[in-house]
Amino acid sequence: MWAFIHKLGSPKVFYALSARLSPWFWTAAAVLIGTGGVWGLAFAPADYQQGDSFRIIYVHVPAAFLAQSIFVVMALAGLVFMVWKIKLADMAATAMAPLGAGMTFVALLSGAVWGVPTWGTWWQWDARLTSMLILFFLYIGVIALRGAFGSRDAGSRAASVLTMVGVINIPIIKYSVDWWYTLHQPATFSITSRPAMPTEMWLPLLIMVLGFYSFFIAVTLTRTRNEILRRESSKRWVRDLVGEAG
Amino acid sequence: MRARRKQRLLVILGLVALVAIAVGLTLYALRSNINLFFSPVQIVAGEAPLERQIRAGGMVKEGSVTRDPESLDVTFSVTDYVEEVRVHYNGILPDLFREGQGVVVVGRLQPEGWVRADKVLAKHDENYMPPEVAEALEEAGYAPEDYQDKAAEVGERLDAERRAGQE
Repeated sequence: MWAFIHKLGSPKVFYALSARLSPWFWTAAAVLIGTGGVWGLAFAPADYQQGDSFRIIYVHVPAAFLAQSIFVVMALAGLVFMVWKIKLADMAATAMAPLGAGMTFVALLSGAVWGVPTWGTWWQWDARLTSMLILFFLYIGVIALRGAFGSRDAGSRAASVLTMVGVINIPIIKYSVDWWYTLHQPATFSITSRPAMPTEMWLPLLIMVLGFYSFFIAVTLTRTRNEILRRESSKRWVRDLVGEAG
Repeated sequence: MRARRKQRLLVILGLVALVAIAVGLTLYALRSNINLFFSPVQIVAGEAPLERQIRAGGMVKEGSVTRDPESLDVTFSVTDYVEEVRVHYNGILPDLFREGQGVVVVGRLQPEGWVRADKVLAKHDENYMPPEVAEALEEAGYAPEDYQDKAAEVGERLDAERRAGQE
């Protein structure tokens, strides 16, 4: 078991393995998001109160899920990098950050667009909305900090520490709607409890969430491969690889 | 080497724990400011400041909405089922505004204990359902707060009926 994990930590082994895995995740993402998107946006029933604006949920909830999950995964990668000095973990964290920032932005934007017809406002300084905005700034901070140092190693360490400390924001986002009075309603979709909506509305949402996660894995694999090539460009195996191709 | 890893792990965990405690204490100290709105109980107890913009939140009390037929003036009560606060508003209400619906009222608390609203925001709950399910629930005499428990059940029944109708 440990030997396998250790082997996986080698960029060369990961590069070969991810080449085989990533097409599967790209396909799964395309199929799931395609199915869930068309089903949710065109065929699922409209809500009894909100009508068709309810359909924003099929983008908003998966994006918000990813925004938080990616940050947690980045924090774990930061921990692995800092404690075990596995460089691959840092490469993966570098590869994920822009997608996480993008998903946070999508969640904030789709939430604002949804807020106008339902709440009657684009923005309120509500605990859920504010903590999500802080998450967006954390992502930007992590990306900027990584680039702010002369040496890549110093940048990686600073970014890892910021990610690990920033992960404290995640439980705050999750429980904000329970701890304080907020405009945002409590969670709709949870793995642990029964869904608060009928199956015909919930199933497309589940498909979209799975599709978004596949998309995240696919993007991470592909971007990590690029990062490996960039960082290991002077290594023998990369030169051989490029030599073969060229 | 193993000892060094352990040391690094402990330093990181310690750092995260310290920051978590700091953030936790800050949020605890600020807890009343993080709440988006005052509940009617808090307003009646005098916790909300007068003549300053505040937000009041709760349910629109059933049967409390009165509209002036000549203008956009509307008055209603916001309740948390313990206390209630009267709200006066002149303007366009959000589509989701209705009796029994959660709202957040942005406005100024008057010395007489009512709120002059500048803006009314609708809250909605996490229960979504198709219109026909909601209708069936209402006909069956369920209150909106029971919808969640019943929605899945009724949805399945309607589905089964529809399928039976097609055959």
